[in-house]
Amino acid sequence: MTNQRAAIAAGAAIAAMLAAGPAAAQDAGRYLAGNCANCHGTDGVSAGGMPSLAGQPKAYMVGQMQEFKAGKRPATIMHQLSKGYTDQQIEMLAEFFSRVPRK
Amino acid sequence: MSRADVKTGTDLSRRRLGQAVGAGAALSLLGACATPSQPTVAAKPLGRVVVVGGGFGGATAAKYLKHWGGSSVEVVLIERSAQFVSCPLSNLVIGGSRRIEDLTMGYQGLRERGVLVLNDEVTSIDTAKKRVVLTKIADYSYDKIVVSPGIDFMFGDVQGLNDEAQKTILHAWKAGPQTVALRAQLEAMPDGGVYVLTIPKAPYRCPPGPYERVCQVAHYFKTRKPRSKIIVLDGNPDIQSKKALFLAAWNGPYAGLIDYRPNANVTELDARNRTAVTELGDRVKADVLNVVPPQRAGDIARTTGLVNANNRWCQVDWVTMESTAAKDVHVLGDATFPAPAMPKSGHMANQHGKVAAAAIVETLNGRTPQPLPMANTCYSFIDDKSVVHVASVHQYVAEKKTLEPVAGAGGLSSAASELEGQYAVAWARNIWNDMLT
Repeated sequence: MTNQRAAIAAGAAIAAMLAAGPAAAQDAGRYLAGNCANCHGTDGVSAGGMPSLAGQPKAYMVGQMQEFKAGKRPATIMHQLSKGYTDQQIEMLAEFFSRVPRK
Repeated sequence: MSRADVKTGTDLSRRRLGQAVGAGAALSLLGACATPSQPTVAAKPLGRVVVVGGGFGGATAAKYLKHWGGSSVEVVLIERSAQFVSCPLSNLVIGGSRRIEDLTMGYQGLRERGVLVLNDEVTSIDTAKKRVVLTKIADYSYDKIVVSPGIDFMFGDVQGLNDEAQKTILHAWKAGPQTVALRAQLEAMPDGGVYVLTIPKAPYRCPPGPYERVCQVAHYFKTRKPRSKIIVLDGNPDIQSKKALFLAAWNGPYAGLIDYRPNANVTELDARNRTAVTELGDRVKADVLNVVPPQRAGDIARTTGLVNANNRWCQVDWVTMESTAAKDVHVLGDATFPAPAMPKSGHMANQHGKVAAAAIVETLNGRTPQPLPMANTCYSFIDDKSVVHVASVHQYVAEKKTLEPVAGAGGLSSAASELEGQYAVAWARNIWNDMLT
């Protein structure tokens, strides 16, 4: 599937959530963050050995993801995974993680 | 068991359920203060969700139903094993660099979250009456049920692999006693012996798993039994995953140890002579014979009527993971008929669990579930330290009603490395934590 089609699908999903109200949009970011939890811990609170995403400033997180996506920041795996997410999804993820308290 | 016993059991389980739900509600309220967006708090649960199977899919679903649903969802997890044993990393037990205890964990973390964890087996699910029947305690009704049964084996597809033969010819394709027993067989094998691994035609659980196992056994032979050999009888025309990366090891550090034979589908066994027989009639004798039989969705999915693809797998709606065969029944993990290029992996099952949990929480709260993407990350150990990965991201395509891998995203390691070995260990620690605590 193309990135463009992914973007359209994600855009439609986000539009539906926004229509349903701000709480639903917030939940959408929380649900989306489940994609990252396998490696970075539930809600981005790492159990060790991987960086925690919880409490990272939104702009920093978006910047890192965009650098991975553009191949500017070297990585073992994140340069590949980051390309699977639309800019809109990255915004939602970064927004969510920025609100999780660091432990 | 007498009738009186059954009644006592029922009362006990009800009482325990009441306590667990009470404690769970209190914990969830406390938990809500620490989470950024508070779960919907209801005075009374909006519904009871029964989760069948506490593996990567089911345990994750149970955890996230509580994590996202809080006290609005009553969650009952039914698992026949008292403890979880991880398939990922279990090839290292066979290779000798890990102990099974390192991969074995309890369900206490889920109990502390307010999940009622029952150590029991579901014998049947009545999807019309919405009830499950258990072996030890009384039946349970549900509003939604999550079925995450993993795989069961089609032993009948390998002639001669009867109950007696299965005592010595192991699969070790479900982590646990067989993993330990296979390791013991390898340890007992004299140097100069032959280990034969047979691989079924795809799809099967964990596409790179057999090739990782070959690496682990090769690592053990190379360091401890250097005159020994490995023969791989692959039912497939080629290595199914991470081909170049595995071949780099087989032709590099393990050169001369491994005899790989594609299109060698094993359909018959001579157990007494530890001999595998291929479809084409080739006979291969082993000192340690490790047969991974063809697989299908776990038995409970079949008896519940959820198997509706190729008589083996369960089709689902990819927004909710709801079965296309029965309403309010969600199927996860290896048991599903996969979306395009979606592997049967523990990581994937974890993602399925979250999608199902989100959909159930949304539905119980009167909202419409929205599609979510899923990611897969799969690490394979080349030896005791060096690791390679394959990764993918799958996004929902509305017009096709399925998830598809995003073109240009995901990919493979450029080469095996110890750095990825450290990440693989960290991955395991985090995913176990993500599903069990």
